[in-house]
Amino acid sequence: MEAERAEKTRMMTEDYSLFYGDFKALNNINIKIPTNKITAFIGPSGCGKSTLLRSFNRMNDLIPGVTTAGTIFLDGRNVAREDVVELRKKVGMVFQRPNPFPKSIFDNVAYGPRLHGTKNRSDLAVIVEKSLKRAALWEEVKDDLHKSGMSLSGGQQQRLCIARAIAIEPEVILMDEPASALDPVATLKIEELMNVLKRNYTIAIVTHNMQQAGRVSDYTAFMLTDEKRAGNLIELGPTKQIFTTPSDSRTEDYISGRFG
Amino acid sequence: MSRESFDRELQELKRNLFQITSEVRKNLTASVKYLEKRDMQGAAMIIESDEIVNLKCLEIEEQCLNIIATQQPVATDLRLLFSVLQISTEIERIGDYAKGIARISQKIGPGELIKPLLSIPRMEEIAGEMLDDAIRAFTEDDETAARNIPARDLQIDVLYNQVHRELITFIMEKPSNIEQTMMLDWIAHNIERVGDRVVNICERVIFTVTGVPVDLN
Repeated sequence: MEAERAEKTRMMTEDYSLFYGDFKALNNINIKIPTNKITAFIGPSGCGKSTLLRSFNRMNDLIPGVTTAGTIFLDGRNVAREDVVELRKKVGMVFQRPNPFPKSIFDNVAYGPRLHGTKNRSDLAVIVEKSLKRAALWEEVKDDLHKSGMSLSGGQQQRLCIARAIAIEPEVILMDEPASALDPVATLKIEELMNVLKRNYTIAIVTHNMQQAGRVSDYTAFMLTDEKRAGNLIELGPTKQIFTTPSDSRTEDYISGRFG
Repeated sequence: MSRESFDRELQELKRNLFQITSEVRKNLTASVKYLEKRDMQGAAMIIESDEIVNLKCLEIEEQCLNIIATQQPVATDLRLLFSVLQISTEIERIGDYAKGIARISQKIGPGELIKPLLSIPRMEEIAGEMLDDAIRAFTEDDETAARNIPARDLQIDVLYNQVHRELITFIMEKPSNIEQTMMLDWIAHNIERVGDRVVNICERVIFTVTGVPVDLN
C-alpha cells in the first residue's frame, strides 16, 4: 500500500461511464494507471476492459452513438479537451492482430514521425533504429529494412507494430491482447519486451491470459459486468496480491476459474 | 474453464493428507502404548509402518507438483496446495517422532521401566488430540479452531518440564538409572516436538484461509 501511494499516476479516470446509445457499457470507473508500470486488465468477455482501454486514447470517438460521462486524465489533463491527434501521439496502441502497413519495415516505423513532421531521412533513420532496438527487433531486421513489413513472422510483425507505436515517443502504450495471436515463443518475447519498455513508457494491457497478467504486470484490474451488463471495475491491486489474496470474492472466483 | 477435475484432484489430495495423518496419529499413540507395555514387536511394527507414511508423503508431494504444473492454481487454491505440501512435511516429521519413540523403546529393551509412566502418556494424549483437531480444522477451513488449538501446546510444555525435572531427580537418586532416564527424556522431548509441529499445522490452516502468514509458536 505504501508503495502504491508513492507511485506517480500517468492516467486516471474519474467516474467514467460509456454508453452505446442507451446501453451503459462502462459504469462509473475510477482507476489510476501508475507511471512506468504495467497495468493489466482482466475479466470475462464483454466486461468492458477493451472499451475502457480504447477510451484512454479516445478510439471510441469513432464509433457512432457513443457518449461518455466522467473524465479521463492524462498527466492531470482532461483527454476530452486534448487535440485527438496529439493525444494519440502520447497514448499509442498495439492491437491483438499485428497490423503492419503494406510498406517497408523502415516506412512502417517512420510513418508516425513523418506524420508528425519529421522529414529528414537521417533523422528518421535514427528514430527507426532506436525504435526497432527498443522493440527488440533491430538485430533481426537491420539488413532488411526495405523489405515489406508483411513479410515478417507474426511475432516480428507485432514487435514491428510496437516499434511503430514507440517511434512517436508516446507516454503510454495501450495493448489490446497483444500476444493472443502469437505462439508461446513469440508471446514470451513480447512479454520480455514489455518489461523493458516499462522503463520508458507506461503500459496498460488487456489480456485474456491470466498467467500472462500474472507474469508481466505490476498491477491488475479485474472487471466484471453487473446485472445490467454494464462493465464495472471490481478490484485493482498489485498483481502479486490479486493472484494470491484478492480482496473481492468475485476476483477470486474468476482467477480460480470458478466463473466464466 | 472447467473446474470439475481440478476440484476432484484437490479433494483427493485432502483425503490423502487426512489418511496419512490418521496413520501417523495411530503410530504416535501406539508408540507410547507399546513403550508402557514393553512390546518390542509392536515397536517394530511402528518402525515398519513409518516407511509407508514416508512413501505416501512423497506421493502427496508429487500430486501437488502435478496440480501446480497442470492447473496453474492461484489465490486460495495455490495457498491450499502450498499448505498441503508444508503440512505433509509436518505430518511426516510427527511420524518420525513416533518411529523415534519406538526405536528408543527397542533400545530400552523388554525389561521393566524404572518408573510407571504418567506424564508421558498424558503428553501424548494432548498432542494426539491436537493433531486430530488441527487436521480437522484444515479440512473444514476452520480458522477459529486453528487459532485455539496452539494454547494446548503450553500444557505439553509444562508436562515436559515436569518430566524433565523428575528424571533429573531420578538420576541424582540413582546414577545407574542414567541411560534409561535419558532415553525417557528423549521420548518426552519427541512428544513435546509433536506439539510444536501441530502448532505449525495450525499456522498453515490460518494462512490457507486468510492468506496472512502467522507465527503462533
